[in-house]
Amino acid sequence: MTSSNQTRSPEQALLSVKDLAMMYGNRIGCQNISFDLRPGEVLGIVGESGSGKSTLLNCISAQLKPTFGSVSYHTRHDGEQNLFEDMSEPERRFLMRTDWAFVHQNPRDGLRMGVSAGANIGERLMAVGWRHYGNIRDTATDWLGKVEISTERLDDLPSTFSGGMQQRLQIARNLVTAPRLVFMDEPTGGLDVSVQAKLLDLLRGLVQNLGLSVVIVTHDLAVARLLSHRLMVMKSGHVVESGLTDQVLDDPQDPYTQLLVSSILQS
Amino acid sequence: MSKMINVENVAKHFTLHNQASMTIPVFEGISFFLNQGECVALTGESGSGKSTFMRMLYANYICNKGSIHIRHNDQLVDIVKADPHQILDVRKRTLGYVSQFLRVIPRVPTIEIVAEPLIALGQDKELAIAKAQDILARLRIPERLWSLSPLTFSGGEQQRVNIARGFIADYPILLLDEPTASLDALNRQTVLDLIEQAKDRGCAILGIFHDQEARDAVCSRTFDVTQFQSA
Repeated sequence: MTSSNQTRSPEQALLSVKDLAMMYGNRIGCQNISFDLRPGEVLGIVGESGSGKSTLLNCISAQLKPTFGSVSYHTRHDGEQNLFEDMSEPERRFLMRTDWAFVHQNPRDGLRMGVSAGANIGERLMAVGWRHYGNIRDTATDWLGKVEISTERLDDLPSTFSGGMQQRLQIARNLVTAPRLVFMDEPTGGLDVSVQAKLLDLLRGLVQNLGLSVVIVTHDLAVARLLSHRLMVMKSGHVVESGLTDQVLDDPQDPYTQLLVSSILQS
Repeated sequence: MSKMINVENVAKHFTLHNQASMTIPVFEGISFFLNQGECVALTGESGSGKSTFMRMLYANYICNKGSIHIRHNDQLVDIVKADPHQILDVRKRTLGYVSQFLRVIPRVPTIEIVAEPLIALGQDKELAIAKAQDILARLRIPERLWSLSPLTFSGGEQQRVNIARGFIADYPILLLDEPTASLDALNRQTVLDLIEQAKDRGCAILGIFHDQEARDAVCSRTFDVTQFQSA
């Protein structure tokens, strides 16, 4: 759909994945995956446990080197770059702490539990060169407010926070450097329903107001419906169906998608 | 008079892979058009596929055969072949849809849900909210409810929130799935007035109305899908 030599327009892909495969020995992690993600677009990846969703997310976020295929990202200054061929490890790491963000299912994987909430947010700012203590503290305070955590908790350790607050703190820490692309692995998993609703509302607002591009992995079809524009359904490492979110969920064509959709409990 | 929707020879069936791969034919050979400024009623008995046809126009259901052209930014887009980005753009700018169900994120205030289509179009937030207030007031949703999520509302109130959301953005085409179904007489009249106003500004409307009186009041012709039912 896109070619690599043109200047970027809203129609051009921010992230482009081609024929990606990840093998664990003879076992398939994921295979034959190709898609484009445009600026401002939210792509949902759904499927049951073990379907390869997280493997795929780790490959496209440069945490795992895929066995085959390419992942290209449209960088701010150098145009489209193949993550694993054109970029060095330090360049990828720089991207991860500036332009990208990764929200883990378990906030403990994305936070530093031994330092205060404010330091968790400030750390990412310092990584991109912020040095003025007052500015860092003000920005951290501002972001606590945005994710609806009382600013009085700025100096408290995340371990004293509830699960929902930790998840919101992780989101603040990730978004403070104004990334363009956010990867989310089951961001609402493990939270109770009322906290989940609050987080969904928050995420959607942030995505809309900041124009973020998002790849979100979830097994919750309701979450996928409310947040994502497009869906990919995975089974046994393959994409079995993809398309517009409501089309995939309301008129599924693949046997597995039909099973998945018809298995939702009505509340 | 320009055609806003042009449907040619479409067919639809559902295949249920997990129930012995049973195929349920719905209809075939439907051709249909909708002109600017007219309101057409989609008719047919229950189960004949009215809502299915409407969802195909909205590209919510996949079309198995034929073409569905929608006039979008002065070009005809075949929604059957369009990619997801194109479809989303058609929905954002051209094609409004009032369904029978309200699907929203819990906790989001009604006023924001109604204003959202305008904000998505890039309108100033304050203007969008002001317009949402106008239309909610017109549809008699009490002001004290505007800051609450509509998920706690009654069926009729949710229906009116859906209608407000559908009419706020002045889409060139509107699809209305039983817009007057659970409304009292006063609110029903308001909806009919909204439809008349939309027609006056050139909006093309396709509606499903079970209420004969409402249908006669706003529709200039009917289109019966029963005749295309698969044998």
